[in-house]
Amino acid sequence: MKQLLNTVYVSEPDMYLALKGKNLNLLKTNESIARIPLHNIEAICTFGHQGASPALMGECMKQNISLTFFTSSGRFRGRLTGETNGNVALRKKQYRLSDNEEDSSKIARHMIIGKIFNSEQLLKRTVRDHALRVDVNRINQVIDRLQESRIVASECNDLDELRGIEGNAASNYYSVFTESILQQKDVFFFHERNRRPPLDPVNALLSFAYSLLASESAAALEGVGLDSYVGFLHRDRPGRTSLALDIMEELRSIIADRFVLKIINRKQISSKDFIVKENKAVILTDEARRTFLQLWQKEKQEDITHPYLKEKIPWGLVPHVQALLLARYLRGDLDAYPPILIR
Amino acid sequence: MTDYKEEEYLLLSGIQHFAFCRRQWALIHIEQEWEENVLTVEGNDLHEKTDNPFVREKRGETIYVRAMPVHSRELGLSGICDMVEFIQDDDGIPLNQEEGLYRAMPIEYKRGKPKKHDADTLQLVAQIICLEEMLGTKIHEAALYYNEIKRREILNITDDMKQRVEAMVKEMHHYYQKRYTPRVKTGKHCLRCSLRNICLPELLEREKVSTYMNRMFAD
Repeated sequence: MKQLLNTVYVSEPDMYLALKGKNLNLLKTNESIARIPLHNIEAICTFGHQGASPALMGECMKQNISLTFFTSSGRFRGRLTGETNGNVALRKKQYRLSDNEEDSSKIARHMIIGKIFNSEQLLKRTVRDHALRVDVNRINQVIDRLQESRIVASECNDLDELRGIEGNAASNYYSVFTESILQQKDVFFFHERNRRPPLDPVNALLSFAYSLLASESAAALEGVGLDSYVGFLHRDRPGRTSLALDIMEELRSIIADRFVLKIINRKQISSKDFIVKENKAVILTDEARRTFLQLWQKEKQEDITHPYLKEKIPWGLVPHVQALLLARYLRGDLDAYPPILIR
Repeated sequence: MTDYKEEEYLLLSGIQHFAFCRRQWALIHIEQEWEENVLTVEGNDLHEKTDNPFVREKRGETIYVRAMPVHSRELGLSGICDMVEFIQDDDGIPLNQEEGLYRAMPIEYKRGKPKKHDADTLQLVAQIICLEEMLGTKIHEAALYYNEIKRREILNITDDMKQRVEAMVKEMHHYYQKRYTPRVKTGKHCLRCSLRNICLPELLEREKVSTYMNRMFAD
């Protein structure tokens, strides 16, 4: 399996990224703050307004390092992709299947099943580990309903229906999500998912985690030669990486949600890490974003055993592995797309 | 036999990939996959030194031509010979702007040492078929130079070798036209394949996805 290299997160908004030799050179008011050899880097994510030099962009494209730009509040702005892998036959296959409702539904179905299964498992774990503290009945009811949705999904050939099943399952899941928050419940509570803008600290954390995951998924797809903009479940929409959102479905709960719950429950993040804007939008402070990114990067190094590959890989490689498996299915090496199912 | 058109030409260097593993060849040449490893970087370095088309030396009775582009319409191949030596020989052919007659001998540079498999040899044979077609001559001798042992091995080229290359190239064109990446038997050779991480040979012998999913859903 390929190696997971470092992702460099540049969280200070007034940092300029440049190239010095074969190094990433970080500049603040024209002064070099740090240099990092590019050959150790897999991806660079920058949260700021200063940008990056064309020379650095050129070298990133050459070395296949993904360079993603976020606004300083953590919203995705864009991503630099180098020469896409030249496998035009693979991408044409992707487009053909994407245009075909039934072929698309075969892939989308497995992604939704994966998503629901993984959500169930997250809730099951809460019940298992904290039976005395949580509303077991309420969670179990939701788990049952999720299981039903999953079974309905497994026989569904219609994309719109699948989207409906998915939406239903998501709102069921989110309806008890707050049960998994065990610490600092006065600050971290969860009623419903809101995004534009996030209106409470939990939604702010989820949004941030999802946008990191989306950019990592898009980079992983491009890395295996797929077009991250052409999805099966998500319809094409200009500027949206639909396929990245597709493969993200099954990763949301096991990567992003689990991570957000972890840092709340371990009190690695607290009330002082948020500010509320006049429009009630909740955003992370710069300091909090730095903490978040450090923990996120650390989490990515943790190993899991991939249930289908039966191989130990770091968490951070999961989007890459799923992208690879999807490419393998499109090419005809596998009989179906195997979603990652984490028990 | 109809000749291939220029846009149908395949890369001559692909022969060694194809001889090593048909799937590796397809991954590189059809799917455009490539991953550098220590071995390929060493190979690049070695070729940077030899691949200078502007160096042409004449020493005594031999002309040394580096990085000579060659092709064969019949095989539908094109590539570059690392080095072709033209040695004065009364049975040879005339060369443009040179006096006398010469016979050609291609030399291919390889990192490492002579291999057990004959992928290197077959690549050289393909070069010979190209040269023969372009120069209108027969070539009976060629050499492989191995960087690790700093020595060249002279090879006698037989008709049998040429026929094998022809059959192989035909198969390559067939896959290429269908844009088909063959599945292969995995084996020991997978361990030293530079595309191992892309090919994931183990994936070809995986359980069915439905079995996997049912296994996960059980209990």
